Amino acid sequence: MTHIPYLSLAIWIPILGGLLVLATGPDTNARMARVVALLTAVLGFAVTIPLYIHFDTSLAMQPRFEEMRPWIEHFNINYHLGIDGISLWFVLLNSLMTIIVVIAGWESIQSRVAQYMAAFLIMSGLMNGIFSALDGVLFYVFFEASLIPLYLIIGVWGGPNRVYAALKFFLFTLAGSLLLLLALITLYNTTGSFEIFEWHKAPLAIGVQTWIFFAFLVAFGVKVPMWPVHTWLPDAHVEAPTGGSVILAAIALKLGAYGFVRFALPIVPDACSKFTWLVVGLSLIAVVYIGFVALAQTDMKKLVAYSSVSHMGFVTLGFFLHNQLGIEGALIQMISHGFVSGAMFLCIGVLYDRVHSRQIADYGGVVNTMPKFAAFFMLFAMANAGLPATSGFVGEFIVILGAMKVSFLITFLAATSLILGAAYTLWMYKRVVFGEVANEKVAGLTDINRREFFFLAVLALCVLAMGLYPFPFTEVMHSSVNHLLEHVNGKMLPPPL
Amino acid sequence: MNFDVSNLYAATAEIFVAIMILMVMLVTAFARDIARGLAYSLAQLTLIIAAFITFFTLDAEAKSEFAFNNMFVHDLAGSILKLMVYLSMMVALIYGRGYLADRKIERPEYYLLALLTTLGMMVMITANHLLVLYVGLEMMSLSLYALVAFDRDAVRSTEAGMKYFVLGALASGLLLYGMSMIYGATGSLELSVVKQAVPGADSAVLLFGLVFLVAGVSFKLGVAPFHMWVPDVYQGSPTAVTLILSSAPKLAAFAMAMRLLGGALPDLAEHWQTMLMLVVVASIVLGNFAALAQRNIKRMLAYSGISHMGFMLMGLLSGDGMGYSSAMFYAIAYALMTLAAFGMVVLLSREGFEAENIEDFKGLNRRNSWFALLMLFVMFSMAGIPFFVGFFAKFSVLQAVIQAGHLWIAVLAVLMSLIGAFYYLRVVKFMYFDEPADSAPLNASGELLVMLSINGVAIALLGLMPGTLMQWCEGAMKVTFAAAVGG
Repeated sequence: MTHIPYLSLAIWIPILGGLLVLATGPDTNARMARVVALLTAVLGFAVTIPLYIHFDTSLAMQPRFEEMRPWIEHFNINYHLGIDGISLWFVLLNSLMTIIVVIAGWESIQSRVAQYMAAFLIMSGLMNGIFSALDGVLFYVFFEASLIPLYLIIGVWGGPNRVYAALKFFLFTLAGSLLLLLALITLYNTTGSFEIFEWHKAPLAIGVQTWIFFAFLVAFGVKVPMWPVHTWLPDAHVEAPTGGSVILAAIALKLGAYGFVRFALPIVPDACSKFTWLVVGLSLIAVVYIGFVALAQTDMKKLVAYSSVSHMGFVTLGFFLHNQLGIEGALIQMISHGFVSGAMFLCIGVLYDRVHSRQIADYGGVVNTMPKFAAFFMLFAMANAGLPATSGFVGEFIVILGAMKVSFLITFLAATSLILGAAYTLWMYKRVVFGEVANEKVAGLTDINRREFFFLAVLALCVLAMGLYPFPFTEVMHSSVNHLLEHVNGKMLPPPL
Repeated sequence: MNFDVSNLYAATAEIFVAIMILMVMLVTAFARDIARGLAYSLAQLTLIIAAFITFFTLDAEAKSEFAFNNMFVHDLAGSILKLMVYLSMMVALIYGRGYLADRKIERPEYYLLALLTTLGMMVMITANHLLVLYVGLEMMSLSLYALVAFDRDAVRSTEAGMKYFVLGALASGLLLYGMSMIYGATGSLELSVVKQAVPGADSAVLLFGLVFLVAGVSFKLGVAPFHMWVPDVYQGSPTAVTLILSSAPKLAAFAMAMRLLGGALPDLAEHWQTMLMLVVVASIVLGNFAALAQRNIKRMLAYSGISHMGFMLMGLLSGDGMGYSSAMFYAIAYALMTLAAFGMVVLLSREGFEAENIEDFKGLNRRNSWFALLMLFVMFSMAGIPFFVGFFAKFSVLQAVIQAGHLWIAVLAVLMSLIGAFYYLRVVKFMYFDEPADSAPLNASGELLVMLSINGVAIALLGLMPGTLMQWCEGAMKVTFAAAVGG
């Protein structure tokens, strides 16, 4: 295997590039800031491509592209990076989305451009760090540091109620992650190591497992977000600028779910199976109840935000089915949701840039003035509803198959998501795009320009490719998920006699 | 009593500073016209040379050396803390100079008092004897009382000085009373002898004394319920003095707590740990909640300091090598952060204008994005968010306290740091999300700008690479406590 530290590059190129962009200073240099940001984002994506090309699918368990050097010897903390089939796609997804948000903010952001671009680039590097960290503290440090850029993005470039939304976002997530910190320290005190894979092997008593499980549940549950701690998400989405919403939906929400597979399931398997009912229950509430909530929204961003909560409910449900189909389906759903929800927010952003409203009632008949846009929006709306041949279908379908093996009732409730999803997405689509031209603002709309066409087309390709041929995604996951399940089942304590 | 010249070796830095103090005094008395600049330069020079002396007499491998009939200890922990004290004082003097000049109170006596208080701290850090400790403490405190009241024509400054003096004298009295009890019970004032005599001593008298010791130490650290002076004094003092007050003395007070409680009275650990637990809980709860309600940034930072000292004591009460070294790391990290925070307050103040309110930070990002970024570092560091040094400080005390089996304290601490995050974020909110209310350009001396930049960047760099400093703290505590075990 190669010796180029791709993962370190994927983390530090965006961060250093971000600092460089920051150095371009005031808005008089905005053009330079944009160009440097774009180059950095492209370079950051380029270094992640070899991760896929050289990814060795034959290895079952050990992480690939490992890098390891001591960081804080006092606590035996290492700068330990590596990815497996579970994390590979998130690194790629994140780096791709960074390019897209940089392009999406090209014209719509006119104040403090350098800071805006820098925040996204630094955020991107930190996210790559989260997905490739194999050391608990390293993970945590990236996990929490990523709050800072997002807080600023929402607060500085957000809507009228941005201060409230930014603060709520920060404090909710921080509350969870502080508990995570305590759990990580407890694991260290028990095992003497911060290596995540060492923790996987550690046998823990059920009492310890239970409290660590709840710490994980709160920490990652807030981030997912699961019902009932999801309330920060609609606020954050509504107030965030388009780019912020895209990253929030496409990447930031994945962190919580990723935490469940990387930490909760393998480290505290007994507690996980003991409290499966709890997680499955919360997930189903998210899927069904939040689906209905989405139906009632009048603000497009809020609608998509609730639809995200509902879709992420599917993800947590899949993880806690404890079978191969469930976990793989959930992972695919996560990636697909990254593309689809990102694209939905971009579409809303395209409309917002022109009309400066997110209210469904302010639109109608957009197809008459923006036919190209309407076509793209249609595709993404269908994908959000889970139409076959789009990426949205694959994940949900596999999770439903997985649920079938466990319980009919769960399957039934989960499957309502397909109906509800179709209902709220397509109903919104109908009200916004079809019908008579609602007002002169809509009548005066211009169709998408080349720049907008580009990013929507890239995402459209991803959505279709993943829907038609999901093999490259499942291929890399397969052995890792298998191994995870074997490990979880093998590690479980014997049932008390 | 025999005296050996080699004793002087261990105290070279203290002797040097004492001589320089006399020099500054002469300058102050006889060269009034050039005294101001000269005193400043001499003070800085003194601190730099003292740092060199301490650095070159530092030996990381050596065991603790005792001098002057065991009244004085020369060890790695002391040397590191002294180096940090010099550094804090240097930074504080740089930050404060322009501020004092703008207010026409830059008198040479300021630098004289600053050096005196430094010497007091040095003596406190190196004391191995209750009386020496007390002498150092009083030297530090008396100079600080005078410094707090330095703006003698301002009512608030004199009021703060008076308040600090009265309460400080009371605390010193308590401490002295506690010391006399310890002396009564063990028959010695020397810390290593006290340690050996504790098991056979009258425990009622010892515990009685211990309560007063803990109260005195708590007062000097400014932790609840002995915190009453902190917000008023921080607010009332000229900001240049608040800078001194909030940084270096905390290091010295940490050294005092470590040597008294950890070094001399480890056999009473069970008792003082319980007392510290109450102090910790009271401080982090009160400090964070009270800071929420502040509109004055100096008061906010004062209350946040109370909670930070509570966090630091969490390391101390965990009571083993790891715990002490995490507390030491915390004290050093806090000194860096608080210097930068008050440095920012100084930066925003100018002639005829005190940047006292949090609103004064409004729109700082628009006015000067570099200093807004630095203040962002400081605020997130204080809130304990990585990658800043404050995170690792918090991390290591939490680790120590969980290791010691007090999970509930750790849970309470993280809940309170959530509350804390709110008011730190509010400052960031003012800087970044709001439009500036005050468009005057920031005009500060080049020295201040450079030093503040270094300070802010250091907070970030130490957050990226905290390993070395942690290792120093750990090594230092190993040496100190190995010696204490050996007697």
